[in-house]
Amino acid sequence: MRLLRLLLVLYCVGVFGFLILPLLIVVPVSFSAGAYLQFPPPGWSLRWYRMYFSDPQWLDATWLSLRVAAVTVLLSVTLGSAAALALVRLPFPGIGLLRAILMMPLVVPSIVLAIAVYSVYVRLHLVGSFWGIVLAHTILALPFAVVLMVAGLQRVDRRLEEASYTMGASAARTFLKVTFPIVRPSLFAAAVFAFITSWDEVILMLFIGGSAGTTLPLRMFSFLRTEINPVIAAVSTLLLLLAALVFGLSEWMKRRSVVRALP
Amino acid sequence: MTVAATRTLSPARLPGLLVAAPLLLLLPGVALILALFAYPLLRLVVQSVTDPEPNLDSYRSVLQDPTLWLIIRTTLVVAAECTALTLLLAYPLGFLLSRMPRRWANRLLLLVLLPFWTSLLVRMYAWMVLLGSHGVINEALVGSGLLAHPLPLLYNRFAVLIGMSHYMLPFMVLSLYSTMLSIDRSLLEAAGTMGSSLPQTFFRIYLPLSMPGVYAGCLLVFILSMGFYITPALLGSPQDTTIAVYIQQQIELLNWADGTAMAVVLIAIIGALFVLYDRLLGFNRLLALGPS
Repeated sequence: MRLLRLLLVLYCVGVFGFLILPLLIVVPVSFSAGAYLQFPPPGWSLRWYRMYFSDPQWLDATWLSLRVAAVTVLLSVTLGSAAALALVRLPFPGIGLLRAILMMPLVVPSIVLAIAVYSVYVRLHLVGSFWGIVLAHTILALPFAVVLMVAGLQRVDRRLEEASYTMGASAARTFLKVTFPIVRPSLFAAAVFAFITSWDEVILMLFIGGSAGTTLPLRMFSFLRTEINPVIAAVSTLLLLLAALVFGLSEWMKRRSVVRALP
Repeated sequence: MTVAATRTLSPARLPGLLVAAPLLLLLPGVALILALFAYPLLRLVVQSVTDPEPNLDSYRSVLQDPTLWLIIRTTLVVAAECTALTLLLAYPLGFLLSRMPRRWANRLLLLVLLPFWTSLLVRMYAWMVLLGSHGVINEALVGSGLLAHPLPLLYNRFAVLIGMSHYMLPFMVLSLYSTMLSIDRSLLEAAGTMGSSLPQTFFRIYLPLSMPGVYAGCLLVFILSMGFYITPALLGSPQDTTIAVYIQQQIELLNWADGTAMAVVLIAIIGALFVLYDRLLGFNRLLALGPS
């Protein structure tokens, strides 16, 4: 019995190792002084970081990705919240169909979505254009925003809104002071998911990126296909740092909202 | 009538707005999806059977061309293997987590979800660093004298499976964990008191009770694996061409008809699986499994 439990724990430690350790391996590689992938590194240096920060192609790709992700977050959270509001608050006939349409991008594989969007963009000459990329990313992020906002709005006790309204607050004030604080964690979660969706998107970009729309993941993807020099490890380490930041921020938000929800 | 009563948000007072408002709120999102995704997809499918002339050649070739059958088979086999491997890794972990004090389980779950936050490409690169012929594992094995030549770990089916399972593991763990949490511990204790041995208790009581989670997790992972592109494209060899990789190649060659035909096959398989999922477990479960 005890032996069995020990074996179970050891097995699970192994599985955790499988999950986490591969992510960390890129950190030592990024500080390597070697010209190609070597492990352990022959020496330590910051040359790959210097290379990333001095290469306009990497920086342009990063900047484009950031701008696309920012606008995608704004658009998908706005459209997703509006749709969620209608789905939760104003049930009407045919709503099931509309909900199904909104969920489609989540259910259909990205590759299928990509060829459909691409077929439109080829005709409209939107391949590689900023707004083309943003709209396509918004489609991908929209289902997440809808699901999260529906869950958030369902938590809102409407009697609170009615109480506020009855006591003389305007509809706008009621929304700002009552509804918004309650759904804020969901809004934040929707924004985080939209950001990650856009920030990490490759398959769509392979089609609609063109030569003008090289986002960071697209540049990483083509890099990984042709050469593996440690500059990609430096990029990966920076991305891990960013992921840790977003993760920490969202945990902090979650904790804060729990504390606030307590009476 | 008091002042307060007239100020309540009675929906009945706004019949016109009530009809228009939901449509106005839903319209932008739905229109975007319809215009850039649903309608173009429909158009592609229609084109694949009518262009240049009405025929089903693309679909006939999918069904008759042995190479394409091989691609479909590869996709199904890889998805099945990935599902099995993920289940094997996740089941004991889910079990352990569900037995732990909640506080600890929640913290460890955050660790399980950690890979979700990391870019997929970073993970792919990490596996390349680990599995490459001059990668960490091979350098260690050759350097320590255990092997004379590096093992072929990268650019094959094995690498695809490892990379995909790493991606899918959190989905499976979450699905199993949520089911396992709801299993009544006293049932196991009762079995023990009545003289059932440990393996007996596990196989006759725990395993059957955990099956809903197993079904849900396996179907979810299988469905997601079917459409995977990046892992087979980066970690696999040309022999590991999956449906998604094939579609991308065909569209790159501007062979829209064959690419679309294969996309229809992919949608059909996934659609069938979703119907199965719905029958077995209901869609709500799937959405509940999503981001929370």
